Amino acid sequence: MSFPWASQYEPKNGLTKFLDEKLPLPRLVYGAIGAGYPVPRNLSYMWNFGVLAGFCLVLQIVTGVVLAMHYAPNALVAFGTTEHIMRDVNWGWMMRYAHANGASFFFIVVYLHIFRGFFYSSYKAPREMIWLLGVVIFLLMMATAFMGYVLPWGQMSFWGAKVITGLFGAIPVVGEPIQVWLLGGFAPDNAALNRFFSLHFLLPFVIAGVVILHIWALHIPGSSNPTGVEIKTEADTVPFHPYYTAKDGFGLGVFLLLYCAMLFFLPNYLGHPDNYIEANPLSTPAHIVPEWYFWPFYAILRAFTVDFFFIPAKLMGVLAMFAAILVWFFLPWLDKSPVRSGHYRPMFRKFFWFGLIPTMAVLFYCGGAPAEEPFVMLSQLATAYYFLHFLVILPLVSSIEKPEPLPYSITEAVLGSDKKAVLGENTTPAV
Amino acid sequence: MADTTGTATPETLASHGEDGVRRRDFINIAAVSFAGVGAVAVVLPLVSQMAPSADVLAESSTEIDVSSIEAGQAIKAVFRKQPLFVRRLTPAEIAEADSVAVSSLRDPETLAERTKEGHLDMLVTMGVCTHLGCVPLGAAEGENRGEFGGYFCPCHGSHYDTAARIRKGPAPANLVVPDYEFTSDTVIRVG
Repeated sequence: MSFPWASQYEPKNGLTKFLDEKLPLPRLVYGAIGAGYPVPRNLSYMWNFGVLAGFCLVLQIVTGVVLAMHYAPNALVAFGTTEHIMRDVNWGWMMRYAHANGASFFFIVVYLHIFRGFFYSSYKAPREMIWLLGVVIFLLMMATAFMGYVLPWGQMSFWGAKVITGLFGAIPVVGEPIQVWLLGGFAPDNAALNRFFSLHFLLPFVIAGVVILHIWALHIPGSSNPTGVEIKTEADTVPFHPYYTAKDGFGLGVFLLLYCAMLFFLPNYLGHPDNYIEANPLSTPAHIVPEWYFWPFYAILRAFTVDFFFIPAKLMGVLAMFAAILVWFFLPWLDKSPVRSGHYRPMFRKFFWFGLIPTMAVLFYCGGAPAEEPFVMLSQLATAYYFLHFLVILPLVSSIEKPEPLPYSITEAVLGSDKKAVLGENTTPAV
Repeated sequence: MADTTGTATPETLASHGEDGVRRRDFINIAAVSFAGVGAVAVVLPLVSQMAPSADVLAESSTEIDVSSIEAGQAIKAVFRKQPLFVRRLTPAEIAEADSVAVSSLRDPETLAERTKEGHLDMLVTMGVCTHLGCVPLGAAEGENRGEFGGYFCPCHGSHYDTAARIRKGPAPANLVVPDYEFTSDTVIRVG
């Protein structure tokens, strides 16, 4: 661990001593999420979402493995076995609703986790690698969720798969062969369903692997905190266990209350009725929309309606949609301000609350709305601002903004003191 | 060893040649190259298995009897698991399609270019909107045929004319005319 005062694991009995000698797994856990991990004492509830996301991943893997015991990924029977799970399998309805709503809550938690990162600039040095791995996890989650939604083989499953794989068809020359190769046919069918199932089962374990790297990278500089001021002394920290296991435990309780309310009282609220109609390649649902967590990116995709020079509108949309996430990879280098926390950045804060957040809300709404005016124009304006925010406003703000004075240390910020830090002093990583 | 006077150690075996290249370098490069070729050879089937299998490709051509389609009617067939529209145009629809200035179209094509010689009234197109792949309306009786009397895609509002050419809405191109031929006067083979 990076902090010299971190408490060391001490095996107490014969078994743990034996384990510690042969395979120090308890020592690893103790140092990673136990009393051996010193964490800033001032973490707010916005720091709960990492643990909650981890919980969601476990929830999805457990319910998903159960569902795979009753589901058959074959275009002839997939829809039938999904209904079989809902009607015949003991507790099958609960497992499926838990999995479907679990995906939505996973995204809610991860979006909050990401926006925490945006506001507190969690991506800045020395935590770039944590951020980059996080974006990789998010991309893997999107792929996994998309393929999972195809599996019930309802109308939305089928047409969602068709539209999304059709995006690859927008790539010049190689697009159509790629689309046929991805689907293993000329339209989504058995081959596509089978491979989506295989990958949908595999990817969560890949995500789990990247999550381990994400946490590993986190433990090198240690957690950030709401002031953005690095840890200076032992007084700035408390051990992860019991302090944050308790705080995260409380957060988990609140999360489970909301999740269960949804699961048991509104299980289909976030779904689409059309997906209870079996896939029919000859009939398109009137209004094709992806799951809600893709809406902002779907809005960006549809925002391009005219050709740009030699690039067709459809390809522009596809490029912009991918660029909307890929731009996050460059965030640590686009935002050059040495101050991390939005609390001490007056100009950044305004653009965050009155620029980025409303933009995301508009994109979210327009992505779920039909492709008509005024939604198309709103999507276009919001898409323009979205890229402007990351590529122009953030670099510009970080060079002209005068940050507010930072507290000298985390302890001073918590306990109160007039002592202010010198800019630069608090932004270097703890040694 | 037969040569008892020799002092062959690994050092001397791997000694530098006159050009400074060790004999072991050759073995290293040869071994790694061979393994690399092997790895690529293994990737090939792994990638290729994703492509359409033989039974999917076997369905890639379809024969359709078009004799029963009356002028003004259309049928929906299935080609490569996707809808295929076969439509017999009325003389009025042909005249309407021919009256449009081709250069004014987003995807300029004449009706003659989109049909087979001698079968100007037989319009065969994929029933797949070129925007995002929805199935346009207009093939079945009583469906909305859009502002130009051809097909209308309800997903994002693309209007196709009587030659199934894009006239209005977000779709970038005309409905695709697949490869097909008349095997007799009344039967077409698609694919």
